[in-house]
Amino acid sequence: MNHYLFSSNMKLADIIMSNYRLLSVLSRFNINLGFGDKTINEICEQKHISEDLFLMICNVYNFKDYLPTIEEIKTIEINELISFLKKSHNLFINQDIKEIENSLNKMCSCCSGNHLSLLMKFFEDYKKEVINHLNYEETVVFPYIDSLTKNKEVNNYHINQFEENHTNIEDKLSDLKNIIIKYLPEICSPEQRTMLLQRLFLFQEELFTHSIIEDKILIPLVEEIEKGYDAK
Amino acid sequence: MMQNKQYRVVVIEPSPIIISGIKHLIENSKDFLYVGSIADMEFLIQRLTPLRPEIIIINPSIIDFHKRSSVHSLFQNFSDASIVALCYNFIDSNILKQFDGIIEINDEKLKIENTLINSVNKNKNSETPDSSELSDREKEILISIAKGFQNKEIADIHNISIHTVISHRKNITRKTGIKSVSGLTIYALLNNLINQNEFS
Repeated sequence: MNHYLFSSNMKLADIIMSNYRLLSVLSRFNINLGFGDKTINEICEQKHISEDLFLMICNVYNFKDYLPTIEEIKTIEINELISFLKKSHNLFINQDIKEIENSLNKMCSCCSGNHLSLLMKFFEDYKKEVINHLNYEETVVFPYIDSLTKNKEVNNYHINQFEENHTNIEDKLSDLKNIIIKYLPEICSPEQRTMLLQRLFLFQEELFTHSIIEDKILIPLVEEIEKGYDAK
Repeated sequence: MMQNKQYRVVVIEPSPIIISGIKHLIENSKDFLYVGSIADMEFLIQRLTPLRPEIIIINPSIIDFHKRSSVHSLFQNFSDASIVALCYNFIDSNILKQFDGIIEINDEKLKIENTLINSVNKNKNSETPDSSELSDREKEILISIAKGFQNKEIADIHNISIHTVISHRKNITRKTGIKSVSGLTIYALLNNLINQNEFS
């Protein structure tokens, strides 16, 4: 398995060519396009990016069955991981959700019916849920981890209290997809509808990968740190 | 001591590698008895009959394209046997829903055993073929869900147990693909089961 993973001597352009979804990873590491034939190793050095983290994230994005071992996870600098996750949150809220919202509004403006206001309300509620969820991480989970790494006093919080409540968020996205694919009337603006669906599918994939990174990399890493902390 | 019932399993699949794999997986099970395999559809019924199958595992892609939509008529002589699909490439969900169970190529041993056992039970109590259309009862329940009633209230309104309400809800979600109450409300509205004035 490890044989087929991306490695640091590969050209960044090649791995992007092999999976365009990695494009969304680049900006979260402040990498701009136009990097020519540089290898991952060269770019990471130039941009002062942790090569291990960058490769791990790219591999999780690209290989559905890939999960790093705990030994590999332990080599990750947790602040860098959190910085990546924060940038992801920012993109979800300020880019992905906005685009979906625009797309939905466009679709609704092209057709008529009293169900549209409900559909928009549905998305409005969904958006709130996503923002709440991300806010919880930003205001409770990340600060907790920060205190933990700085050896500051931590209250009784433990990372295992951080329930992976991504399921509800994914369920509603599926509901929305089902409604748009199957149940909106046929005449309802086919082009806008397709665009909206493509965005929904992409966003769902992003959320899925994001939850893997949080559940399978962040949490085990924090648990390791907690072990050291509790031992003191 | 009571002898455990072993179900006779036949595999209809062209690949010898896959057949050996399945055979190996169920060989030591107390629930299943591997009785043979068939590699193609030629004289299928004639070859299948002496094997007296109780579970038929078949790769849907070897069924003739125009016969795929009527899998059960293909095996009508074996109405007591459950038919389980074995998938390792894309098969239309309309075709898959005819089967009593689905085995995916990456399934673990335990999951495969469960699928096979469940298929037998499913085949036993399938009076009506599964359709994606909601039944009248399910529509009534859906309307109550859309109006915002809780399970307990729905049970009282329709004079059924909470357990039954939950099972209706599961079926509604399975058929529509929609889980959330707000999503179901939109579904009910789009299908004219309720109109917008009926709820706030």
